[in-house]
Amino acid sequence: MDKIVCTCGNVNPAGTELCESCGRPLNDETKEKKIVDMRYEGSARRSQTYNKTIIDKVWNFFSSVKVGMWIIVAILVAAAIGTILPQVFYVPATNETDIAAYYERIYGTFGTLYYQLGLSDLYSSWWFQGLVGMLGISLVIASLDRVIPLYKSLKKQKTKRHISFLKRQRVYGIGKADVSEESLLKAEEKLKELKYNVKREGNAILAERGRFSRWGPYVNHLGLIIFLFGVMLRALPGFYVDETMWLREGETLYVPETHGYFLESKEFIYETYSKEESKEVYGEAIDRVGTIAKNYQTDVALYKGPEGAVAGHTEDLTFEKEASIQVNKPIKFDNFSVFQMDFRLDELATMTFQLQDKQTQQSFGEFTIDLADPQPIYELNDGYKVEVMDYYADFTGFEEGVPQSQSPLPNNPAFLIKMYSPEFPKGETSFVMIKETVEPLGENQHKIAFQSVETRDVSGLTVRKDLTLPLLALGGLIFMIGVAQGAYWNHRRIWIQLLEDGQTVIAAHTNKNWLSVKRDLDKVTDVAHLPKYLDQQDIDSLEEKVDKVEGV
Amino acid sequence: MDMASLSSTLLFIAFVAYLIATFLFGGAVKSSNTQTTKSFDRWGKLAITVTILGFIANIGYFITRWIAAGHAPVSNLFEFTTAFGMMVVGAFILIYFIYKTPALGLFALPIAVLIIAYASMFPTEITPLIPALKSYWLTIHVITAAMGEAILAISAVAGFIYLLKNIDLTKKSKERFWIEAVMYVLVLVVGFVVSTLSFSLADYSAEYSYISKDETEHNIEYTMPALFGMNESVAITEGALDPLIEMPPLVNAKKLTTVVWSILIGSVIYLLLRLILRKRLATVLQPLTKKSNSQLMDEIGYRSVLIGFPVFTLGALIFAMIWAHEAWSRFWGWDPKEVWALITFLFYAVFLHLRLSKGWEGKKSAWIALIGFIIIMFNLIAVNLILAGLHSYA
Amino acid sequence: MAQSKKQRFYMRTAILAVLVVAIVFTVYSNLNKEKNAVLQVGDKAPDFVLVDMDGTERRLSDYKGQGVFLNFWGTWCKPCAKEMPAMDNQYAEFTDKGVQTLAINIGESDLKVNSFLNRYGLTFPIAIDRNKSVMESYNIDPLPTTFLVNPEGKIEKIIKGEMTEEDIANFMDQIKPS
Repeated sequence: MDKIVCTCGNVNPAGTELCESCGRPLNDETKEKKIVDMRYEGSARRSQTYNKTIIDKVWNFFSSVKVGMWIIVAILVAAAIGTILPQVFYVPATNETDIAAYYERIYGTFGTLYYQLGLSDLYSSWWFQGLVGMLGISLVIASLDRVIPLYKSLKKQKTKRHISFLKRQRVYGIGKADVSEESLLKAEEKLKELKYNVKREGNAILAERGRFSRWGPYVNHLGLIIFLFGVMLRALPGFYVDETMWLREGETLYVPETHGYFLESKEFIYETYSKEESKEVYGEAIDRVGTIAKNYQTDVALYKGPEGAVAGHTEDLTFEKEASIQVNKPIKFDNFSVFQMDFRLDELATMTFQLQDKQTQQSFGEFTIDLADPQPIYELNDGYKVEVMDYYADFTGFEEGVPQSQSPLPNNPAFLIKMYSPEFPKGETSFVMIKETVEPLGENQHKIAFQSVETRDVSGLTVRKDLTLPLLALGGLIFMIGVAQGAYWNHRRIWIQLLEDGQTVIAAHTNKNWLSVKRDLDKVTDVAHLPKYLDQQDIDSLEEKVDKVEGV
Repeated sequence: MDMASLSSTLLFIAFVAYLIATFLFGGAVKSSNTQTTKSFDRWGKLAITVTILGFIANIGYFITRWIAAGHAPVSNLFEFTTAFGMMVVGAFILIYFIYKTPALGLFALPIAVLIIAYASMFPTEITPLIPALKSYWLTIHVITAAMGEAILAISAVAGFIYLLKNIDLTKKSKERFWIEAVMYVLVLVVGFVVSTLSFSLADYSAEYSYISKDETEHNIEYTMPALFGMNESVAITEGALDPLIEMPPLVNAKKLTTVVWSILIGSVIYLLLRLILRKRLATVLQPLTKKSNSQLMDEIGYRSVLIGFPVFTLGALIFAMIWAHEAWSRFWGWDPKEVWALITFLFYAVFLHLRLSKGWEGKKSAWIALIGFIIIMFNLIAVNLILAGLHSYA
Repeated sequence: MAQSKKQRFYMRTAILAVLVVAIVFTVYSNLNKEKNAVLQVGDKAPDFVLVDMDGTERRLSDYKGQGVFLNFWGTWCKPCAKEMPAMDNQYAEFTDKGVQTLAINIGESDLKVNSFLNRYGLTFPIAIDRNKSVMESYNIDPLPTTFLVNPEGKIEKIIKGEMTEEDIANFMDQIKPS
């Protein structure tokens, strides 16, 4: 690979299309173009120039904007496919078999296919993450490859450009206008007034404005790279916590992963809009859809265990604070946030019974069983007492005469109870279930009569720690700055030159917003009497002009 | 008059103003020339004045409804879509003051009118906020996102004008087919509005019971004659029409019925138009674009993406992530609406790269702008109606 | 020229290598997220302190120098009920050989746990993890799960699911102090 020496004497790196200094086209292809391609100032992107080793080939692959776009398109299509059916994490099933069954039951053959192809968990698949990773590589390499040559050529550009460069600009005009030194000065002054950075070199003027917008794309790519880096960090242990906990009213539980914090639920509050209390404007909506939820809230107290305490330690908790966790209002402590995410209403908490005579229904006293902590003995009056021999929280039936409970949740409580009375000092045995009693050891004289229940609500809370958030925020911010910089500002350049044959050339280029650069040029032309320019790409206007000429 | 009905009146005024302004812009386009003429000036000034008056009424609707509801009116499908329509007009006014092109108004305003009409077919009563929406981020996120989408929509309008002007409609081509397809889809939206309005004016209602996919029984009220029945549906209303075809539980037959009615009536309207005009609809509209400058339309198409893209990113991705982190405990959860916002973002990123480095201008760029608008409308409407997800509260 | 070419080659290789390694690592650890969250064999067993049904305080670190057979269970869990009598037998066998047995119940009531251990006549220490903090620090799922803690206080093995008496004997033998 040889360097290219331009007629003007400047030595350009191999692959350069327009001389960095004077702007002359350096190869035949560029020479044939009517309007020159100004994308990277015609500079040599290094990736295109060396292509020998496998590393160079990989590098060049990722450096290509075309490849980058195809990666984006692939991500776009994959992301869209992932929305056809709900993803696994929105499916009400937890294990593989249930999930597979769910897709088959609800979505039939298509659902099964979708599940088996792994599309139901597409966003955590290795290939989707790989695609995002490739986009990251492409962002790094493509930016590195372009920003340096662009910086060099913008810095190196000469005020005086060769006519072959100027006439290949989209906005271009030449003419034997009556331009003198004085009008050049006027143009210079006007351009300065229009906030251009004006350089003068002999009979040539280069006016430039908003060059920093050229760095916009690289700034926003940097933001994206930082963002993706932040996303990557959460794979490291300690950066990211995502846990759920179910907390019952009155219960104090350890908050997972927090190393020593405990939450007590004081109360769970569920409110709906009522027609009376809410503004009457909502009446119509409530009539149409029925109940509308207004608030989900868990009132909690946060405690911290003693410093250095080990798990299982339940004493000496120090009270930290009280808070009402609502949707949109998590409780925050020590990098953790706990969110109100879910709830179950009315789980059984206590059951109240009477010991009664079966025949007369005469009561010998009342007792209340706390389902979270049933006591072995409940003493009643006059020598009556009740012994709870065993408790089955989620009773499902008998297996070989033994009562079974399928979970520790009080979904269907049942008790094995002995009733002591003066008549039966050795006790009568009864198996008490909701709505039913079994007397396993023969007919009893007494019975346990159900009186009432109290229930409590269960809050579903999510515990989250995300130390990558500041980095993500920084990435987002830099991205926005870069995008704004590139989109809301533009790089305008105007060249004016007095040629040796007495003609005047004007040319202008901008990376976007041609309307404004033309307006600027109009203003300058007005005061400095420069030749008329043409937008060489505005076919409509060109055609119209041709029409008029022919019409005459 | 209370706030809520004042608000409806203002929206109606805005709607009518946009309709009138459309015709005024038509006048401006007819009398326009490359050289600015006096008559163009008059029509153009009148048209933009009426547009701005309509826009002010529209903002009045927004503010009064905000006061009446106690929250920003962007919390259900009607409110959001209406706000989007309003912002399309706002974006148009912005672009109009930069580029002064009446043709843009001639096409952007009917789109806004159509969007608002479409929105009004959904339940319009003021709904209270469910817990997930109770946050000032609702206001910030939704308004910014809608603004971004509206500005991007202008790009599609400019692209549409560019294509109408530059496609040779006298010869058979793919381009001619697809531009007519765009016209047809627009007529289908009219079909939706017409069918919904006529059945609701006729006060049609029929109730059915059906078995849903989780095998429980529900009732559903049809407001259009049931072409498709829900799974194992049984009529409750006396004399209700027996559905022609019963659908499996996965399909919401009521929505399908609405879609099919819209397509039927829309197609009838389209065919009638073709019969009366004896021309393709694109051919009918093409003369209106003849006087607009292609280069300018191309630049408007590009420029509005440049203006809209950062706003959209800020509203639909960044603010969305901040809010999602507060409300749902994670900033990103692959919810369909989130994913489609990302798709929109990626799509316009490709658009910008194609322009910057592949030099895609003119027709190619215009087609992409049109597809971008379709993606936006898909996210706006279809994601809420078809794909289940956290955003389907509307 | 040759010098700069070489430099460029190394530069590009280094950048590509860093990017590829970072991405492969991320994808790999995301795919194995569930496994990573749980304690691994070789980790230090998290210390805890619980009071057993006899009122004795049991602290894991007090057993340093002895093996600990740490079993997590619930009364509703059928495999747990099946393996517990076997554990009791082996507890009698190994307790003098320096292997301690400790069964931790997940937040049930005293009454329930007492009725259970009376029914099966269990003699080894059983404690209730009332606020589920021990369960959380050991990331227990499913029940039963058994941790073998060696005399150095490190996790020797994690057994998910039911064990036969023979298994139990082998496992206890494995953490016998030498």
